[in-house]
Amino acid sequence: MARYLIGRILSAIFVIWLVVTLTFFLMHAIPGGPFSSEKVLPDQVMANINARYHLNDPLSKQYFDYMNNMLHFNFGPTFRYEGRTVNDLFAAGMPKTGALGGLATVISLIGGTVMGVVAALRQNKTADYFVTFLATIGISVPSFVIATFLQYYVGYKLHWFPPVGWGEMKNLVLPAAALSAYPIAQITRLTRTSMLDTLNQDYIRTAKAKGLPGYVIVFRHALRNALIPVVTFLGPFFAYILTGNFVIEFVFNIPGIGQFFVTSISNRDYPVIMGTTVLFATLLVTFNLLVDMAYTIVDPRIKLTGRKEA
Amino acid sequence: MIRKKKWMATVLSVAVILGLVVTGCGSTGGGNAAAPKEMKMSWNPGAEPKTLDPQMSNGIPEAIVELNLFEGLTRLDKDSKPQKALAESYTVSPDGLKYTFKLRDSKWSNGDPVKASDFKFAWMHALDPEAAAEYSYQLFYIKNAEAYNGKKAKADDVGIKVVDEKTLEVDLEAPTPYFLSLTAFPTYYPVNEKWVKANKDWNTKAETFVSNGPFKMKSWAHNDKIVAVKNDNYWDAKNVKLTELTFNLVEDGKAALTAFEAGQLDGMDNIPVQDIDRLRAAGTLKNTPYLGTYYYRFNVTRKPFDDPRVRQALTMAIDRKTLIDKVVKGGQTPAFAYTPGGIPDAEAGKTFRQVGGDYFKEDLAKAKELLAQAGYPDGKNWPDNVSILYNAGASHETIAQAIQDMWSKNLGIKVKLTSQEWKVYQQSEQKLQYDVARAGWIGDYVDPMTFMDMFVTNGGNNQTGWSNAQYDADIKKAKSTGDQKERMTAMHDAEKILMTEMPVMPIYFYVNNYVAKDYIKGIMRSPLGFIDFKNATVEK
Repeated sequence: MARYLIGRILSAIFVIWLVVTLTFFLMHAIPGGPFSSEKVLPDQVMANINARYHLNDPLSKQYFDYMNNMLHFNFGPTFRYEGRTVNDLFAAGMPKTGALGGLATVISLIGGTVMGVVAALRQNKTADYFVTFLATIGISVPSFVIATFLQYYVGYKLHWFPPVGWGEMKNLVLPAAALSAYPIAQITRLTRTSMLDTLNQDYIRTAKAKGLPGYVIVFRHALRNALIPVVTFLGPFFAYILTGNFVIEFVFNIPGIGQFFVTSISNRDYPVIMGTTVLFATLLVTFNLLVDMAYTIVDPRIKLTGRKEA
Repeated sequence: MIRKKKWMATVLSVAVILGLVVTGCGSTGGGNAAAPKEMKMSWNPGAEPKTLDPQMSNGIPEAIVELNLFEGLTRLDKDSKPQKALAESYTVSPDGLKYTFKLRDSKWSNGDPVKASDFKFAWMHALDPEAAAEYSYQLFYIKNAEAYNGKKAKADDVGIKVVDEKTLEVDLEAPTPYFLSLTAFPTYYPVNEKWVKANKDWNTKAETFVSNGPFKMKSWAHNDKIVAVKNDNYWDAKNVKLTELTFNLVEDGKAALTAFEAGQLDGMDNIPVQDIDRLRAAGTLKNTPYLGTYYYRFNVTRKPFDDPRVRQALTMAIDRKTLIDKVVKGGQTPAFAYTPGGIPDAEAGKTFRQVGGDYFKEDLAKAKELLAQAGYPDGKNWPDNVSILYNAGASHETIAQAIQDMWSKNLGIKVKLTSQEWKVYQQSEQKLQYDVARAGWIGDYVDPMTFMDMFVTNGGNNQTGWSNAQYDADIKKAKSTGDQKERMTAMHDAEKILMTEMPVMPIYFYVNNYVAKDYIKGIMRSPLGFIDFKNATVEK
């Protein structure tokens, strides 16, 4: 296990390095710079800017400087927001993105599991059809459509929750609902399918024959095994929560970090592009590792080893 | 054992998630208990300000916020005329080169007195080559300012002199009749020297933000909102009626409009095009003049646009009114000249546009004739690969499609459309890698010069490859004299050349479309896009 972990961590570091390096050179390859604008600056002003931000240094020097700073957790100043650093932006935005993503995670996991179990227990009955219908909508309608829909009808027409903004619990409801629509649908489908599968297993029949009450069978015996495929989904799930955040944050004007993922590129804000890349790459790699470790907890048959075993 | 692990994992993950939720929400508590006689207003300036350091900023959202937090030597009134603000009085030398300002007694929001040295400190910061301010060139009218910024002169050579605590003397490079308008511009605002030196990054958070305008900052939640309250230390505080002014920083126009209609916002700019018709029909849409021109550039270094007759023909062959009514929809004015209306001419009561008049007409017969003379009768021999370049987004694409269609129907010529991402498009324009390119220009100050000096030979904003010696001479003449009549005549001459040679095709003059609740009164909108809330009131 320890050996496996060390191997995984080393390969994770390699992946992050590769992503960061590729991003660095790609970013400098696209036309237009952080300070190019519709109104062209006088040459001498541009020269001063390039000197201040070291944009005139050879690319290799900029690269090594960046890597060096990165190792010291210094992600540099943002070019767009004068006087603030990438670390400042992240410190301000992370808790908000985290709160939204966290709430969406809770809603998806609980809601998805419950709906999946209900659908499986009531297979081919009204409740099952209803849940399947909802799940199909959740999977096929993009989150920005759901977000706009909720914002307009639930926020603006019904006045149940504020349509945009941040600061209070009630501001979180619509964005979290929009963000969890897709994962909740996926988890529902996965839970339903594997629950149906599990309920037909011999040991469930044995449990029933022993005369155990229904809730014990469902919660103690069936659900645990039924959740293994759901754990598999957690890797892509976290990736979705991270990237899906951007759209949701934009629509509801939430001051998180998701927006920087895209706006930094159109602004050519090099340090923020790099910062978001490092951050998101690290989070994804870490989540994937955690998911792999979670397998061993949920399913004791799986062993993590460094070698491939037959 | 296994079960225990599972439980631990569950408990742990729930704890982590709850932790995130709690920390995320707990930090920003939104209490808005309204006390009675308060007067509050909220506005969306369109984006999170890049910075609120007046010397380092150069955008409209930044200027809107700064205008209400700071006060310069002058402040523009509702007719865009500069009125004395922090300057109690001023004198101008007969040659127009030396301005001497006497400051009134006034205080910063932290109680410090505003001194002449605060102005010098701020202006020198904007010019400092190390600070690398993008808008440093707004100060290049001052003697040796440009040389100092280009490291060709010493700081002491710059023509800003603090005579005493209340007297500021400014020497200019050349007579600049609109200098008093410039001193109302954010780059010319003072900052509190003592405070700024003691507080690095003072302008990034509310706790350290010190200003001297009608309002002072109470809180700044980045990318969310800025709350400003009335500044009791402001010299003219008795005329400020609002007790609280909130800037909601919403970048998505659609989301902002929903917030406005749901009553979360009192007013906003940047109305999405698709909502304009609906808002106009509902009577909610308001507009004010905006000092800007939407136009197409011709790359005169490429065939067939090296021939002025082709450029003239294309310019005459589009129907601007239809384009505005059916595509742009914002109630803009068709443009038959380059400089928009709203800029005063030398003659009292007349604008530069009224004196200059229209320089061309939409005339299909004439356009066909010119095109035939140039060797393309009814579009024959027209090259295959001519294309209109525009940046993706907004209505640029639909406008380009309409113009493509009009040229095809009216002149029988085919052009393609090329869309590029914003910064890529800018680079293509600057490197002359286009045939015809969409462009827009918003004035920096209320004088025709902000439009006319763009097209001098090799000017950074020319971007057409066009060059004309007489035009250059006219602009040079206008820049060297302080005599308004002489200046305006020279600029009229220059515009006539520009509109005969036609390196650019004017399409429309901008208007500023916005929405505001009916109980909002007294906001002052400048044609430069700024909004002054100093005299605003809420009358419910």
